[in-house]
Amino acid sequence: MGKRVLLIEDEPNIIEAIRFILSRDGWSVLTHADGSTAFDAVCAQVPDVIILDAMLPNRSGFEILRDIRARDETREIPVMMLTARGQQKDRDMAERYGANRFMTKPFSNAEVLDVMRQLAPS
Amino acid sequence: MAKTTLTGTRIRSERQRLGLKQTELAARAGISASYLNLIEHNRRRIGGKLVLDLSRALGVEPAALTEGAQAPLLESLHAAAADHPEVPAETARIEDFAGRFPGWAALLAARSARVARLERRVETLTDRLTHDPFLSSALHDVLSTVTAIRSAAAILADTEDIDPEWQARFLRNIRDDAHRLGDGASALVRHLDQSGERPAAAGTPQEELEQLLEVSDFHLPALEGPLPQDPAALAAAAPGLTSPAARSLARAHFDRYRSDAAALAAGAFGRALAQSGFDPLRVARLFDVPLAMVLRRWAALAGPQGGPRPGLVRADGSGTLIFRQPTQGFALPRFGAVCPLWPLFEALTHPNVPVRRLVELGEGAPQRFLTYAISSATRPSGFDGPLVHEATMLILPEGLVPFPGGDALPIGSGCRICPHEACVARREPSLLSAAD
Repeated sequence: MGKRVLLIEDEPNIIEAIRFILSRDGWSVLTHADGSTAFDAVCAQVPDVIILDAMLPNRSGFEILRDIRARDETREIPVMMLTARGQQKDRDMAERYGANRFMTKPFSNAEVLDVMRQLAPS
Repeated sequence: MAKTTLTGTRIRSERQRLGLKQTELAARAGISASYLNLIEHNRRRIGGKLVLDLSRALGVEPAALTEGAQAPLLESLHAAAADHPEVPAETARIEDFAGRFPGWAALLAARSARVARLERRVETLTDRLTHDPFLSSALHDVLSTVTAIRSAAAILADTEDIDPEWQARFLRNIRDDAHRLGDGASALVRHLDQSGERPAAAGTPQEELEQLLEVSDFHLPALEGPLPQDPAALAAAAPGLTSPAARSLARAHFDRYRSDAAALAAGAFGRALAQSGFDPLRVARLFDVPLAMVLRRWAALAGPQGGPRPGLVRADGSGTLIFRQPTQGFALPRFGAVCPLWPLFEALTHPNVPVRRLVELGEGAPQRFLTYAISSATRPSGFDGPLVHEATMLILPEGLVPFPGGDALPIGSGCRICPHEACVARREPSLLSAAD
């Protein structure tokens, strides 16, 4: 069984596309769409990598990332943040809260695959 | 009289119109002919008693010599120089420059003011891009949809052995997302179109309101008398208020104005003011109203009665000016911090303590103003809510009321263009002293 990635994103067609390309690359893809319960999902699944959208319903990705970094069981999980806003302050915030990578929409499938292989080498 | 830009030029023009020689006018005003010559060539700034003496000698109103003249132009030129400290502008000779080349000086001031307006506009638009919730959400949706389309299209193009079921699913997703993208882009364009209809002149809601009030001299007859209009309806119909935030500010201002007018009717207020010897504290006690209300009412009523219009400023607890009613010769900066010596801030740091200060602005022949200030600290939402401070300062130019004796406190507009080099409250070096 391949490495497990938890994709926290609320846009269904992005979820479908990322699930497709990562599955074909051997990943086991779990998904979650609601910000308010996303951290619970992280704690329950403890994936190898997390893809985390910054702008989610009910709770921002930055707050979720802060919780992930504050808990011993989840602190070391590599996180790639996705955002539609490429502003420097968003990058700074992602870095401050402990994101491993930061990717601005629209991104290419190849970029996602490349980063994921770097974050969790087989 | 021809409305030239500078006071000295106006005096010369009026003297020549009357056929007076310099020596004759100088004698009437009690000054030397050589000094008058310097004044007429804009080599000396004048204010206060000398303006009154010269206007009396010429048989004109003082405002005819000074209104709209000199001070704003020189202030604008100083501000233009302050914006470019790297350029060694000869600020010590600004009056000389404005006197010799009034057209070029006015052009420079106008360009500088336009740049400031445009910079403010850019700042406002940048703020909107960052904080406008609709714009932020719409851009996020558009970019997310583009991402979904791009990913699905790449999958279809790059995956040779794609299952027909997946192929159909991604094609359907692309079709649906293309529709969403179109809808989102149209909504975005409509939103930006509406934004583009807003006037460029007033960059902020506060500026929109101030421009509206300026037209009526900050006096609102519709809210006076026994049957005042509804403030909400007045704000909704007010011309020039294009943004919801400006209408909201206007509504709050009109509400307060109507309350002030109801408590202090114009006729009774004017009589009480005169009987009190123009003491706003005594008027406040007489009507049993807060001093700040008396100051606001005075500012709203004195302008239309002829004579120089008083000024009024209000600041919140951070010291930010939240309302500006300008008066001639007392520059109220739009951006950046103002002079910390304004009595407004003395009042702000001493809640409920009334402050009266005679102040003077400018160098050479400074203009004097009588100021009254008060601040309040309240908890509008109850004991569990935050403490909210607000300070109000009335600015009375000479000619409106008798001024008390004693020295005036030298103050400025802001540190960067203030000539008082040794000021103990100085925050940063003055460009004027650096250039001298």
